[in-house]
Amino acid sequence: MQILYIHHLLLFGYVFRLNLLKLPVVQATTLKMQFMLLFSRQGKLRLQKWYVPLSDKERKKISRDLVQTILARKPKMCSFLEWRDLKIVYKRYASLYFCCAVEDQDNELITLEIIHRYVELLDKYFGSVCELDIIFNFEKAYFILDEFLLGGEAQETSKKNVLKAIEQADLLQEEAEAPRSVLEEIGLT
Amino acid sequence: MPAPIRLRELIRTIRTARTQAEEREMIQKECAAIRSSFREEDNTYRCRNVAKLLYMHMLGYPAHFGQLECLKLIASQKFTDKRIGYLGAMLLLDERQDVHLLMTNCIKNDLNHSTQYVQGLALCTLGCMGSSEMCRDLAGEVEKLLKTSNSYLRKKAALCAVHVIRKVPELMEMFLPATKNLLSEKNHGVLHTSVVLLTEMCERSPDMLAHFRKNEKLVPQLVRILKNLIMSGYSPEHDVSGISDPFLQVRILRLLRILGKSDDDSSEAMNDILAQVATNTETSKNVGNAILYETVLTIMDIKSESGLRVLAINILGRFLLNNDKNIRYVALTSLLKTVQTDHNAVQRHRSTIVDCLKDLDVSIKRRAMELSFALVNGNNIRGMMKELLYFLDSCDPEFKADCASGVFLAAEKYAPSKRWHIDTIMRVLTTAGSYVRDDSVPNLIQLITNSVEMHAYTVQRLYKALLDDISQQPLVQVASWCIGEYGDLLVSGQCEEEEPIQVTEDEVLDVLEGLLVSNLSTPVTRGYSLTAIMKLSTRFSSVNRIKKVVSIYGSSIDVELQQRAVEYNALFKKYDHMRPALLERMPIMEKSASNGPTEIVQTNGETEPSVVEPKHLPPVTQPVNQANDLLDLLGGNDVVPVIQNTMPTKPASAGGELLDLLGDLSLSAIPPMTAYNKNGLKIDFTFERANPNPNIAVITIHASNSTEADMTDFVFQAAVPKTFQLQLLSPSSNVVPALNQGTVTQVIRVLNPQKQQLRMRIKLTYTLKGSPVQDLAEVNNFPPQSWQ
Repeated sequence: MQILYIHHLLLFGYVFRLNLLKLPVVQATTLKMQFMLLFSRQGKLRLQKWYVPLSDKERKKISRDLVQTILARKPKMCSFLEWRDLKIVYKRYASLYFCCAVEDQDNELITLEIIHRYVELLDKYFGSVCELDIIFNFEKAYFILDEFLLGGEAQETSKKNVLKAIEQADLLQEEAEAPRSVLEEIGLT
Repeated sequence: MPAPIRLRELIRTIRTARTQAEEREMIQKECAAIRSSFREEDNTYRCRNVAKLLYMHMLGYPAHFGQLECLKLIASQKFTDKRIGYLGAMLLLDERQDVHLLMTNCIKNDLNHSTQYVQGLALCTLGCMGSSEMCRDLAGEVEKLLKTSNSYLRKKAALCAVHVIRKVPELMEMFLPATKNLLSEKNHGVLHTSVVLLTEMCERSPDMLAHFRKNEKLVPQLVRILKNLIMSGYSPEHDVSGISDPFLQVRILRLLRILGKSDDDSSEAMNDILAQVATNTETSKNVGNAILYETVLTIMDIKSESGLRVLAINILGRFLLNNDKNIRYVALTSLLKTVQTDHNAVQRHRSTIVDCLKDLDVSIKRRAMELSFALVNGNNIRGMMKELLYFLDSCDPEFKADCASGVFLAAEKYAPSKRWHIDTIMRVLTTAGSYVRDDSVPNLIQLITNSVEMHAYTVQRLYKALLDDISQQPLVQVASWCIGEYGDLLVSGQCEEEEPIQVTEDEVLDVLEGLLVSNLSTPVTRGYSLTAIMKLSTRFSSVNRIKKVVSIYGSSIDVELQQRAVEYNALFKKYDHMRPALLERMPIMEKSASNGPTEIVQTNGETEPSVVEPKHLPPVTQPVNQANDLLDLLGGNDVVPVIQNTMPTKPASAGGELLDLLGDLSLSAIPPMTAYNKNGLKIDFTFERANPNPNIAVITIHASNSTEADMTDFVFQAAVPKTFQLQLLSPSSNVVPALNQGTVTQVIRVLNPQKQQLRMRIKLTYTLKGSPVQDLAEVNNFPPQSWQ
């Protein structure tokens, strides 16, 4: 039924506009990162951070399409491509693709630096990070990202400060999980 | 109940699955366990369960049943719970569902929490996914935090404020006081986010921009900070390959760009620092180039002095020679932006740009092509065209259409001679003929008609091209038309420009008849060849052969061909005395618009009124007094075959009568109509005319549901024929309430410049009682006033 429908359309030269797929680009002319995806060479999603409101279905469709598009690129091609009405900046680190979608006015070269900074942060945190680290500790990868970027913009430009914040938060988490009896034992109810 | 398995354990288990089915089974089992755990309101393991759910969600499995659990986690006092809860909220909730509003109170509390990391979580979540309602409720809290002395929170609050402003622009004012001394911070995080905030405000509001320029003296402050960054020694904390905080430098440069745009004073104040950055930045790594790039963009956008602009273009020129293709890409993009304003400076790099046409990367090739076309002028046309035609030969199909159009445009503007022009056109038609745009056919025909001295040469070359290949429709159409017009020149062997070929009338007619029967010819092409054959009846002597062909097609299945053949037959029979006059050589056509929608207005020497012609039909003059008979033949103007994209000829003087036939075209009250009514779903269309453009019809659809269950996930889609343009605005909702309790409305704007009959195909999808429903329908009953 679906195939017939598309064929039908082409035959009569109808122009089809799918409102569903229209990416909600924020009104402003300011550059903005709309989302960041991390995926493996087999196309498995390892992290997805969305800075624009989209339904689960829309996100899935976008991820699927974009991942396929990028995986089809040859290694000699440049790290930027125009996709729908966005600019995609991507770079492969070992077995993982790091991919950001930014609005058109942005400086692609600095976005590459943002990606690189994130990889460095992961590397420092996990100690020579590899894909498995991100698979088994995906929530930590998100936490680190959320200490580096907020709403798609860098909130901290010092590597040290980001890692320090994560460290402290992790400590807080450990304290929260400490069994009550230990505290009581020391005499600190 | 045993403790639910740990997250890592689950991940390990799922990864051992060898097939998709096995994985699905494991996931389903775990989801069931998680669901029952949720039902038991288990506080201890909620966090662990949600974390597992998030993992499974990333694999692509549904996780919506965890949404409320995330909210419970956020409300918990444990930091671990909050961390996972907020993460879950950002992944599973979206602002289009009302349930996200339940977060608002928790976030409010957490924004005032005693632990900064909890406050941080709340700010992050709000700044990432806060809806307009949430932003409105919590803007005050964010503003408070923007004034705190805690830099950890201040930087987050700044970006959160950016998000609030994006969502609710009216709230911008309230953040203004807090921005007072943001830039006097030492902390780079706060500096960076403050610059982002100021950028957002300046971009959104011209008043803010003016305020920051004049009252706050922003430019000197930014210049000072940037200077410090460049001049200060090595700072390990912010160093990236020898450059101090490139992220901050880039953002400052961007803000300077906005402040300096169209403002002389600001531009002057930043001149020096821009020159400094441009000359001192280390370019061996990407990071340095990123800063240089931003600098170039700023220089080009503000009112910089010419020396600085030349410096910027030269930087771009150097980028073009860089080994790194990313840098080349970026250079080409910027050069494209500046080629209009700094044409001469960019011209100097022309040869490098042309070399980029041979690059392997598609994006680089495209930019190089666009830039090359922008650089073509009267002086370099021959050389450039050689390169561009070579490119056209060898490029990917996706480029051919644009390249062909570009070549035509450039040739039109700068052709050094008519012969060169025609040769270039021939080259494009023969190498990329099937990619040429539809509107170039009439444009070319007009061009050829107006190059009187080249007629013989042109028709000869086109004829030869036809002998080689009849698959490329635009080429075939132009060739047919020319042969129809200048066939007499062809057979008489009159060519001056090149060796004339010997061709007989029969051979020419063979070729044209061949086009009529060939499978490769489209209906439009057939139309062209039939008309060409007809025209030759006054130029050739083998009139009988032509009569025979024309009469055969009088019974063609193709309505278009049949119509023409019947008319032409009528010309032979009843109006033979008029045939020579009707089919004589075309006069010079005046161009009404270059490359616009082609309305070829014909100025005829005779006293008969001129006729306005649509795109694809070769114009044929019609005397007034025969108009009515022809109208009978045509059967009125109401039914326009949309596929063919043509209109039957309308004698202008009969125009008044036509309009009367169609009645008074009052645009004010267009009656509504029911477009669809099936299975309980009814869709009505109401109309209004968009002011001031009468070609745009604004249709509002009203979807109502008479069944007893709601229709959810309702999506309305529409398609229109190619000559229309459609814009679908957002629907009021995607749930059509049951029992006609409400309607979903959505606005459609249809642009109909050719005033053709409006037709639409609609596709409806919705979910009713759990099962998806999909339906297609044609809407043909539009009231005439909506498209006339």
